[in-house]
Amino acid sequence: MSYEEKGVWAYLISSAGAYIAYLAIVVPRLLHTPVSQVSYRVPLLLTTIASVIIATVVRSVLEVARPSDSKKADVRDRDIARFGEHASRWCVVGGAIAGFIGAFDHWDYFWIGNVIYLGFVLWAVVGSVLRLVAYRRGL
Amino acid sequence: MTVAPSKPTRITNRIRVLRFGHDEMTQAQLAERIGVTRQTIIAIEQGRYSPSLEVAFQIAHVFGVPLDEVFQYPGVSTGSEEGQRR
Repeated sequence: MSYEEKGVWAYLISSAGAYIAYLAIVVPRLLHTPVSQVSYRVPLLLTTIASVIIATVVRSVLEVARPSDSKKADVRDRDIARFGEHASRWCVVGGAIAGFIGAFDHWDYFWIGNVIYLGFVLWAVVGSVLRLVAYRRGL
Repeated sequence: MTVAPSKPTRITNRIRVLRFGHDEMTQAQLAERIGVTRQTIIAIEQGRYSPSLEVAFQIAHVFGVPLDEVFQYPGVSTGSEEGQRR
């Protein structure tokens, strides 16, 4: 496994893990509190920051467990990264469009913030999965 | 002998044979010569990645052979084959 592929695994694990943690914190609040009063900003910011830290830690652990020959990205890594970004960008676009629709339709800020956040999470997860498939199955 | 192609490319190559013919050059040594990772050489050899034209030429230069002695495209006769027929 190349250094860049390890980075994609770390990004996938941290992005998915952080969002699951966010849902574990916010969904119980949503069940017992009116949507307009649900506190979601702090968990959203903290899990986002935590995902960056977790990605760095996971990548370091993978690197210690199985050291890479080289830490430089090559032409194939860049091609695969471009492919993943290109194929998953609709997730961010979808989140942004949903956010616009929510604003036009006077949704609660909670839902607007969360559909945009979900768009970013899907972008990270789908992009990472597609990159890993490209690493394993070919590009 | 050519490596059997697998998805997603139809391009076949003789890199493995050429490496063995050059003092059993390792994938890591070839990767270092052309500035890519060993995983990229493995992917190219197995037909899981079509290299850029620049990388393809770099591989051919390492072995000191024309490009079409390294890479082949099925159903298309190569320039060398055409030359030999003439």
